[in-house]
Amino acid sequence: MPPQPGSPAGGAAFAPLAIELSGISKSFGAVQANRDIHLAVRRGTIHGIVGENGAGKSTLMSILYGFYEADAGEIRINGRATPIRDSQAAIAAGIGMVHQHFMLVEPFTVLENVILGAENGPLLRPSLARARTELTRLAKEYELQVDPDAVVGELSVGFQQRVEILKALYRECDILILDEPTGVLTPAEADHLFRILEHLKSEGKTILLITHKLREIMAATDEVSVMRRGEMVRTLTTAETSPAELAELMVGRRVLLRVEKTPATPGPVLLETRDLSLTDAKGVERLRAVSLEVRAGEILGIAGVAGNGQSELLEVLAGIAPATSGEVRLKGEPLDISRTTNADDRRRRGIAHVPEDRHRRGLVMPYQTWENTSFGYHDLPKFCAHLGLMKGDAMREDARGKIERFDIRPPDPNLKAANFSGGNQQKIVLAREIECGPDVLLIGQPTRGVDIGAIEFIHRQIVALRDAGKAIILVSVELDEIQALSDRIVVMFDGRVSGTRQAADTDERELGLLMAGIEPDKGAAA
Amino acid sequence: MELEILLQIAGSSLRLATPLLLACLAGLYSERAGIFDIGLEGKMLAAAFMAGAVAAVTGSAWVGLLAGIAASMVLSLIHGLASITLKGNQLISGVAINFLASGLTALVGQNWFHQGGQTPQLTAGGRFLALELPLTETLAPIPVIGPIYQHLISGHNILVYLALAAVPATWWVLFRTRFGLRLRAVGENPGAVDTAGISVVRLRYAAVLICGLLCGIAGAYLSTGMAAGFVREMTAGKGFIALAALIFAKWRPWPALGACLLFGFLEAIGIRYQGITIGSIVIPVQFMQALPYILTVVILAGFVGKAVPPKAGGRPYVKER
Amino acid sequence: MNTSLPRWVDLGLIPALNLTLAFLVAGLVVVFIGENPVQALRFLVVGSLGSSYGIGFTLFYATTFVFTGLSVAIAFHAGLFNIGGEGQAALGGIGATLVCLAVPWPHWTLALPFALLGAGLFGAAWAFLPGYLQAKRGSHVVITTIMFNFIASALVVYLLVNVMKVPGSMSPETRNFAPGTHLPFMHEMLGAIGITVAKTPMNLSALLALLAAFLTWVLIWRTRLGYEMRAFGFSEPAAVYAGIDPVKITVIAMVLSGAMAGMMALNVVMGFQHRLVLDYVGGAGFVGIAVSLMGRSHPLGVVLAAILFGILYQGGAELAFEMPNISREMIVVIQALVILFTGALENLVRIPMQRLFARSRTRAA
Repeated sequence: MPPQPGSPAGGAAFAPLAIELSGISKSFGAVQANRDIHLAVRRGTIHGIVGENGAGKSTLMSILYGFYEADAGEIRINGRATPIRDSQAAIAAGIGMVHQHFMLVEPFTVLENVILGAENGPLLRPSLARARTELTRLAKEYELQVDPDAVVGELSVGFQQRVEILKALYRECDILILDEPTGVLTPAEADHLFRILEHLKSEGKTILLITHKLREIMAATDEVSVMRRGEMVRTLTTAETSPAELAELMVGRRVLLRVEKTPATPGPVLLETRDLSLTDAKGVERLRAVSLEVRAGEILGIAGVAGNGQSELLEVLAGIAPATSGEVRLKGEPLDISRTTNADDRRRRGIAHVPEDRHRRGLVMPYQTWENTSFGYHDLPKFCAHLGLMKGDAMREDARGKIERFDIRPPDPNLKAANFSGGNQQKIVLAREIECGPDVLLIGQPTRGVDIGAIEFIHRQIVALRDAGKAIILVSVELDEIQALSDRIVVMFDGRVSGTRQAADTDERELGLLMAGIEPDKGAAA
Repeated sequence: MELEILLQIAGSSLRLATPLLLACLAGLYSERAGIFDIGLEGKMLAAAFMAGAVAAVTGSAWVGLLAGIAASMVLSLIHGLASITLKGNQLISGVAINFLASGLTALVGQNWFHQGGQTPQLTAGGRFLALELPLTETLAPIPVIGPIYQHLISGHNILVYLALAAVPATWWVLFRTRFGLRLRAVGENPGAVDTAGISVVRLRYAAVLICGLLCGIAGAYLSTGMAAGFVREMTAGKGFIALAALIFAKWRPWPALGACLLFGFLEAIGIRYQGITIGSIVIPVQFMQALPYILTVVILAGFVGKAVPPKAGGRPYVKER
Repeated sequence: MNTSLPRWVDLGLIPALNLTLAFLVAGLVVVFIGENPVQALRFLVVGSLGSSYGIGFTLFYATTFVFTGLSVAIAFHAGLFNIGGEGQAALGGIGATLVCLAVPWPHWTLALPFALLGAGLFGAAWAFLPGYLQAKRGSHVVITTIMFNFIASALVVYLLVNVMKVPGSMSPETRNFAPGTHLPFMHEMLGAIGITVAKTPMNLSALLALLAAFLTWVLIWRTRLGYEMRAFGFSEPAAVYAGIDPVKITVIAMVLSGAMAGMMALNVVMGFQHRLVLDYVGGAGFVGIAVSLMGRSHPLGVVLAAILFGILYQGGAELAFEMPNISREMIVVIQALVILFTGALENLVRIPMQRLFARSRTRAA
């Protein structure tokens, strides 16, 4: 690779290697999560690792951090072979990690969390005192202000992440791994995080940034490695690549996220919400006066960074989360939004729901396919006779039909849901929720953890349902998916609707601003 | 006269609270580390038997105590194996340990001593006898203070004082030491402990073994301190009352002392009076016996301050995947 | 987790190996005591199955354990661990007794449905509150049912000593039931069709237990309620998503479980003792845990496991008689070992099995 004086990585191009992984393999049961991975990361750079969900990024980083032990392969840190059998070895080698799901003890204070495992001696008092001084210094140096005596469970997610970073810095790490750090952050918090990372880099620390967001890779990293299906595809200099190239490498062929569809012919309003608000048990306002409507023959996409109220909105509409105030009307009739146990009522009224999390909600994993294909509709007369006896034969027959029409593989109605791939699991849910003949379909993250082939199939089904005159509310954190499918797009930020656009009249830039809570028109006017 | 009765009840409460307190603190270590333990009863019973048996054979209460602790810790190791190493169901393991202790103590006891499952009556050397603290004689004539000193403060065996000392000691270990910090952390979020480079397995085994140690002392107290030998099923639900006290105290050491004293007091009253008359209402003794359990249910129901157990309690630590 | 085992291994081989381990350790205990385990086993089997007398007693015990085992199994399917069978059965005894004493029943056929109702309702009532508190307040059902066992014990002592005792009598038990409430004994029923067997406490309830097992099977695998209970037991969020009310399911599962435990009173109180004595349950509620674990919460498995425990209880009594060194508590030890090896230490066998099958599969691939 020739030196590039102008590029941000220019100085680092000759820098010695901080991390060298060779031949790393890891399997969980029959699943090969990492296969013969080679990776070289230069000291003092920000190195991105991209890949789709399930590409093996997190597994690889967990191996580097000693959370999992590799089946084969070698790890070299700063040129020296370093066997990492547990996190203790990783910490000793100067590696710190901010996990996607924070590893914090919620009832502990910030100080207690920071010293856990890095105490100075058998008694706490000196450790706490030292940590207090050190934290003050770190806070000043890196803009990482946190109240050291705050109880971590009471902090916002952004602050909790700071605590995680402080934990790593307190252990004087040279290498910092961040696993999907911005998934839960507001754009402002994310910007702040990237400033901190730049600062850390300028001090010679090495940063590994795992994400599936190409924008972040382009903006923050010096080099980027692409993973696909457990394998390392290629490592590139960020300045010399493009999002399109990365996307292509990630999925293995040129992505065509265009869905064949005709312009919508919206009919009457089927579902509408007015001033829908939801304050959760912790007192956090999840929804703030959300008003929207969806018409027959229309796909309404709801865009937004994860955690801005989309999930809660979907759950209130589906009758499994109670709203605090406001109203929801289906064909003009008000729905009960006060309880968590209204899902059966919604189904009776013609609202079907493909939940965001099919493992926890959409499917009963130990249930066989025929039990899952009628789940939620099991009390319909065609599945359930008098005296509450289930019609097993009718359920199996029904399952066979769905398996065939939705091309669910393997086509075995007696196989447990847990034994299907992600795409086929999603097809089971989709088959059930579409074939019940709903007027309104609520659908969350329809293609999360689903392979490309199944994605196209699922998208076609959603469009077909729209063309049949049904109303669809689509929640997805993948902006591409929202843009490809929606006729109209509602953007949510911080629990409220920050903007509504016709899909044809908007672009990624405008939606991005709305997702960050900025009204583009007003910005222009000011 | 009134004062004397009051003091006798108070002293009796303290002695009855002692095994509860030791077992309660035992459970506290285990459950704070995320290992539920409904096998306190069984561990106490096994310890009571071994302590009684070995003290009878050797004539030494101290050797008996060590034997009791050993028996209890063996059961702790089984619980650890089941719930930590093999990631099994902690509740089922606890149930099994209770039965194992119940069956084995009776079986082995009958086989060993042929006295219907009892151990031989212990002589003075085989028991922990009441200690007379210094100055008892001197203070005796002083009104109020004298009797209080004589009946309440002095006149218990060494294990009673040990149990009382274990309360501040537990508090100190839990909230002032590195070990305590890690112990509390592993009961709340073992993932945080693991990623901080600390062995979850070792920490939990340590907690479970401390639990065994304290249950062992509690059991030994029953057969060699309070009584003069082991009697079948002599724990009689004390392990469960201790568990109730632990929940009552919301897994904290000082409230545990309060809860155990309260439950000990209820037991003392129940032993002394067959029913209490308040006005025209007679409160039956059975109600007094059931009261600890009723109170615990009320606490569990959250009507009087919610009892929230350690978050990771009852679940084995499995790295997600 | 990802390595699923073939059905015959999961439901056949592993339980068999676990059980073998439990009995091996039990054999070691016998050796430790200084007796011959093979000889002990012979006494056990002959004592329980060697005569119509032994078999009658074995099945009498088994009948009780079918009820308590099904009780644990029903709750298990809804993800609830009900270890309050002991208390629920004790209350069931009160319920059955009240029915039997309240009316001068002319014939057992009239008394039975009401006694069934009484036993079931009282058992159910004692499980209702733990279920309700679990569902509404999140109070752990294991702890509350333990507490309710002790409260039940105190309550029953109070009732038998102060309220239901025969006036002037010293023993804490009720007066005898009228003959019109006595369920027919098995030896009477078989005698009526010309088969002569030894007199044992085995009675009509044995058939009721089989019926209960069948109805439980129907409930769990053939009804909407069972479908919803299992879904809830596997995943509460999924159940909520499907419109299943967690509060309703938890309470119903606990109430059914408690009713089943309460019905053991039919066998012991109404079928055999014909009066209520103190602690008539005698640990059968806890045996139900072992029975359910061993039977993998399947009604057929529960029946088989209950018979095994019936053999242990009857054979154990004979064994204690033949080998005085081995007291009756040997049964409790075996029971503990069965719970330990089939429940808590299940992975002792399962993990090596999974490794074995994963390896053979990769080799085949």
